[in-house]
Amino acid sequence: MSKDNQVLEELTSKEYEHGWTSDLETDSAPKGLSEDIIRFISTKKNEPEWLLDWRLDAYRQWSKLKEPTWPNISYPAINYQDLIYYSAPKQKAKPKNLEDIDPELIKTFEKLGISLTEQKRLTGIAVDAVIDSVSVATTYKDTLAELGIIFCSFSEAVQEHPELVKKYMGSVVPVNDNYFAALNAAVFTDGSFCYIPKGVRCPMELSTYFRINAANTGQFERTLIVADEGSYVSYLEGCTAPMRDENQLHAAVVEIYAMKDAQVKYSTVQNWYPGDKNGKGGIYNFVTKRGLCFGDGSKISWTQVETGSAITWKYPSCILKGNNSMGEFYSVAVTNNYQQADTGSKMIHIGNNTKSRIVSKGISAGHSQNSYRGQVKIMKRAENARNFSQCDSLLMGDQCGAHTFPYIDVENKSARVEHEATTSKIGEDQIFYCLQRGIDEESAVALIVNGYAKEVLNQLPMEFAVEAQKLLALTLEGSVG
Amino acid sequence: MSVTVKEKNASAEVKNLIDKSVSLNPAVISIRKEALEAFQKLGLPDKKAEEYRHTPITSLLQRDFDYDALLSKPSDLDPKEYFIPSVKGNIIVLINGVYSSAHSSVISPADEVHITNLSEALAGGDTMALEHFAKYADVKSDAFTAWNTASWNHGVFIRIPENAIVQTPILIYHIHDARAGQVMSASRNLFVIGRHSEVTIIEKFDSAGLSHHFSNTVTEAVVSENAHLELYSIQNDAGSRYQVGLTHIHQAGSSLVNTFTFTLNGKLIRNNLQLSLDGEGIESHMFGLYLITDDTVADNHTTVDHRKPNSFSNEIYKGIMDGNSKGVFNGKIYVRPQAQKTNAFQSNKNILLSDKATVNTKPQLEIWADDVKCSHGCTTGQLDSEALFYLQTRGINKETARAMMLYAFAIEVLNNVKHAELKTYIDQLVSERLHTNF
Repeated sequence: MSKDNQVLEELTSKEYEHGWTSDLETDSAPKGLSEDIIRFISTKKNEPEWLLDWRLDAYRQWSKLKEPTWPNISYPAINYQDLIYYSAPKQKAKPKNLEDIDPELIKTFEKLGISLTEQKRLTGIAVDAVIDSVSVATTYKDTLAELGIIFCSFSEAVQEHPELVKKYMGSVVPVNDNYFAALNAAVFTDGSFCYIPKGVRCPMELSTYFRINAANTGQFERTLIVADEGSYVSYLEGCTAPMRDENQLHAAVVEIYAMKDAQVKYSTVQNWYPGDKNGKGGIYNFVTKRGLCFGDGSKISWTQVETGSAITWKYPSCILKGNNSMGEFYSVAVTNNYQQADTGSKMIHIGNNTKSRIVSKGISAGHSQNSYRGQVKIMKRAENARNFSQCDSLLMGDQCGAHTFPYIDVENKSARVEHEATTSKIGEDQIFYCLQRGIDEESAVALIVNGYAKEVLNQLPMEFAVEAQKLLALTLEGSVG
Repeated sequence: MSVTVKEKNASAEVKNLIDKSVSLNPAVISIRKEALEAFQKLGLPDKKAEEYRHTPITSLLQRDFDYDALLSKPSDLDPKEYFIPSVKGNIIVLINGVYSSAHSSVISPADEVHITNLSEALAGGDTMALEHFAKYADVKSDAFTAWNTASWNHGVFIRIPENAIVQTPILIYHIHDARAGQVMSASRNLFVIGRHSEVTIIEKFDSAGLSHHFSNTVTEAVVSENAHLELYSIQNDAGSRYQVGLTHIHQAGSSLVNTFTFTLNGKLIRNNLQLSLDGEGIESHMFGLYLITDDTVADNHTTVDHRKPNSFSNEIYKGIMDGNSKGVFNGKIYVRPQAQKTNAFQSNKNILLSDKATVNTKPQLEIWADDVKCSHGCTTGQLDSEALFYLQTRGINKETARAMMLYAFAIEVLNNVKHAELKTYIDQLVSERLHTNF
């Protein structure tokens, strides 16, 4: 056997790389969801009265809402009473520095390739690592504090900056926005909070790694980013989850609030466990992400690389309220085996001279279904709004599906809205050309796919782009031939 | 009897109508019953219904429509003034949904074209009519289709035998006499085109009088192997027309279909156009043009269902919206798993001329096969001010320049009209309208 074949064999038989369970003692709430459980979470987290009321209000609204059935996905009904809504790694005291952290935790991160110590020294990224629901370590906090930037876990922000949290939480995604957002508002356990003061340009990329760990726990984080006038921040979110057979629910909410001339760039690489090749297991990912360009000249940019999850339900959106504000959405969504993705973006133009751009690249392989669902809405008073959307789909194999559902609603005559979409497969001539040049088929596919997704990958920060490229190749292994 | 269309009582009314409708073949009666059940289950679409999201049809229909008009009082209307003078051909007239033999005339030889009232054909046991009737229009997915299937009375049955090249077009005039009161009609058509045959069918919708009137038509067309159908729909009714029309075309291998939908007037026009490409080597083109102003709502929902490999479909819909008008477009392309080597294209372009006009468009691709080329594009904008300025510098006044540019926008659709006299007629219609109303 040639060496090439060996390598190929190794690659194709590769299982999910990040699949293992670390042995952490957890401190969990009993199964089920009720007002008592919410009180339990709130007490556990030592929350003020107003937050408990807010949660309870969300819970009551959630009980009245119905689970949406419109997405192009199918999954067995979720029993919300069979989940554990709170699970925290047991720790005696809050860690002051990395040495205080449970060595098991450090090992977990090392396996993921994001050792905190390494990260701290080499990349200069401040990592707010989340295992299950409680943020365990925040690095580079001091450096950021000097500039007045607040970057901490959500629970910390509730304790230390209640006025900011109270003012902005729910201002972009109201509690009753949708089923999963309401659920999150009721039971969220932690997340990240970030505030960039007036005129400050955040000198480093802020990053959070989310991990789902204990079996049967839903993870409900909440991220709130507030960018004050003229500030800039680039925020990274990366997800990997250990292998599990039982489906796990993940319903996060991300809110971004951008004031006058502020710029927020939010990048995600999502690699939750997608289930095995027979469609068993995997994460259910129901996420509400929304940015509000509140001030004039503000800009919010979403970039996402979605390779994981059994089910992805996610529509990062921008509400362009301020005049001259701008929204962007760049996405690569890859589905393989039995994965299902229904993802896209919403751009709501309210202010004058608002601009938005949507670039979505879907890749489906195996038995997967990949849908783009988006809306571009130009409100009556939005003069000179401009939108360009492009959503392309690449099909690999004859068992998968690619779908597009773009809604374009224009109520102002001065708007210029363009939308285009294509669906095709990788050209045999392209593969043939690569083979001629001595590039084997697997690498050729990776090469072509990377080229196809380049427009989006280019938007990612450097380190992330490398990881994303690897992920793309990994996800599509063995899907051609 | 007068019928108010409301969610709650509509099904009872439809049931009433079934009891009164022309009694037919037992097979047809069971189809009606099934359709009624489907209608009762579906109910009229409310605001949340995905397919009628932007089209407030149910609220607009809450008026008293006189359904009996089509049965009890024959209209004395002279349909000639609605004819297209320059286009000669076989003429079929339906007044208030009633097939009018007196005004119809078939000039093509009987071995080339066979035209009758569909209810007569079914009652008379026409095997072709019985074989194809209600096989294609799906009553379970749309309330209006179910309503029509349950309660229709008259319609046109056209049968073209094999190997017939029909030179003279067939013109169907749907005329509502709304002078005395509000009229409602549900007509049902079936076209069966034999193998290797060719035919042009032109449908035109008009009305007399000022009252509101509503028509709910369903047309099924079966296009056999190697056959060729040109289907035109001219909707230029200056009266208060509310219309829901479904046209379902079922294509067999190597057939060619060109459809044209021109919507120039009316209160609310909803066109459901469905093509199923059930064979290999099929070619289908769908062209649409909507030039609307005032309070008109023009809603085009098209579906192309690629069921077999190696077919080609192309769709171009263009719209100009002025006044308070509203344009809605939804184009679905389905490519089934076995339909490899499919090429499907779709484009929808819109111009908004006023601040109160709106457009809602949703091009939709659903693809389950990998070896395909599919694309859609859609744009919304206004006239290019630089081009307008350029024309003005050449001594052309602003109004003419505007009309010229709008005409140029529409020409992509107009140029595809094959029938020469018809092309001239529509061309005139469009340019007159662009000069006077926009």
